[in-house]
Amino acid sequence: MKIQDILSKPAEAADREGPSNKIVLSSRVRLARNLAATPFPGWSKKSVRVETFTHIRDNVMEVEPMRDGFHTGMEDLSTLDKQLLVERHFISREHAAKSAGSGMVLSRDEALCVMINEEDHLRMQALLPGLQVDHAWKAIDRLDTALESTLDFAFCKRRGYLTACPTNLGTGIRVSAMLHLPGLVLGEQINQIIQAVNKLGLAVRGLHGEGTEALGNVFQVSNQMTLGETESDIVERLNKVLLQIIDHEENARAKLLENKPKMVYNHIGRAYGILANSHSISSKETMNLLSLLRLGIDLGLFPGSRAALIEELFIITQPAHLQNTRTGKLSAEKRDILRADLLRDRLMKVNRPAMPKPGKSKENGE
Amino acid sequence: MLCDICKEKEATVHLTQMVEGKTKKIDLCEGCSKAKGVDDPAGFSLADLLLGLGASQEMEESDATKEKCPQCGFSQADFKKTGRLGCADCYDHFEEGVEGLLKSMHKGTRHTGKAPAVWQQTKVYVDRLHSLQAKLDKAVAKEDYEKAAQLRDEISRVKSDFSETKVG
Repeated sequence: MKIQDILSKPAEAADREGPSNKIVLSSRVRLARNLAATPFPGWSKKSVRVETFTHIRDNVMEVEPMRDGFHTGMEDLSTLDKQLLVERHFISREHAAKSAGSGMVLSRDEALCVMINEEDHLRMQALLPGLQVDHAWKAIDRLDTALESTLDFAFCKRRGYLTACPTNLGTGIRVSAMLHLPGLVLGEQINQIIQAVNKLGLAVRGLHGEGTEALGNVFQVSNQMTLGETESDIVERLNKVLLQIIDHEENARAKLLENKPKMVYNHIGRAYGILANSHSISSKETMNLLSLLRLGIDLGLFPGSRAALIEELFIITQPAHLQNTRTGKLSAEKRDILRADLLRDRLMKVNRPAMPKPGKSKENGE
Repeated sequence: MLCDICKEKEATVHLTQMVEGKTKKIDLCEGCSKAKGVDDPAGFSLADLLLGLGASQEMEESDATKEKCPQCGFSQADFKKTGRLGCADCYDHFEEGVEGLLKSMHKGTRHTGKAPAVWQQTKVYVDRLHSLQAKLDKAVAKEDYEKAAQLRDEISRVKSDFSETKVG
């Protein structure tokens, strides 16, 4: 069975919608759990890891939403398969580097995913489109409650759930949302926002979490503290901050259109020009330009085009997804050419941006 | 001055931060500071960086005698290297050092969130048992033997109920 046959098609994945989807691409809640009386994965022998993996996997597969899901050991995945899973945000880059003794279970609807023997014995996540941190928390809470009846989790009254890294101790919760913030970036307000959010004890990171770049104006906001607060307090606080960031982004877009419409149209027009006409383009440039195209769609400059198209292009132009369409390893140069071909082809159906005539004010496409 | 992380190259990046009233200092070489993302203000979190450095210093100060976790054999040196603990029992074994670390890292040092249902049931059971035992002691002290007999029966009922639910 091939991983690409199991995963939803990029077009389907891109088509999933949620509240505030224009700015919030996705919401995620993950819980870290460990088995009592077994050393953490990073400190276990391979034989122990293999045994724990089987034990956890079998129990996870018994639970309702995971029963008809997909499971695999990391040793059964090719490097390309693993990269595909990373690009879909189902596993971390760290997990992709693992082999025998680690693995994953993914629910049929792809909303729930359990990484087994990553840094902790279990890292379970609920991933939903749009702003739904609360729903994601409820979904993962249910899965956790179902699992604890058969798995003996390491827990202590005073410190809560015990995790390999003290930064996750207590609730073991990481609540995060992926935000598309081109307005704040173009309006040069993003650093202020990041600093303000940091002051609240929340982290702002790039597309793939810790230590990654904010490509395509996509930022991940998440809680850092896990001990001393309840899960719902953490979820609620993050949700409030997200609503504020959404407001700021909307304001930034409106302001830019009012004060510097030519600058905005120039960026969007050029992005369209390059994406629709280039013959070789890197993944990084693609993401950054697709972000502007998406902004154009949000602003109503591409009538008839939907943000889901950009989302899909965002997925399929990433290295592993691109490689996946071809047999035989592609060189970076070949990939850049293939990516440009694909973009030109897909953007043929998208007309040039319809910029409003000067004099008319306040078109923010709402 | 040598870099705190690789301990090989000359430190050229010097960071100071107040954490819970304590001054924490870190000296890094250029390579390690880049690797830790210190030069990128957006992705950089001093808390992440301090973990493993400040953390291990604290543990060395307080736990010099207890070398290894008796359960899994994990040592302070391992923690210093990885920033991760070896097993659930390490939290008890390295308690003193960990406690200080948690203070600088989290909102509080006590868990107030979710608990496994089994554990909650146990808590309810233990609390109930304690309160019954206290009543029994009182009754015996007052020589109210009728009441004491009732309470003794109640205690054995609660105990057998609990062991049944645990099996089921």
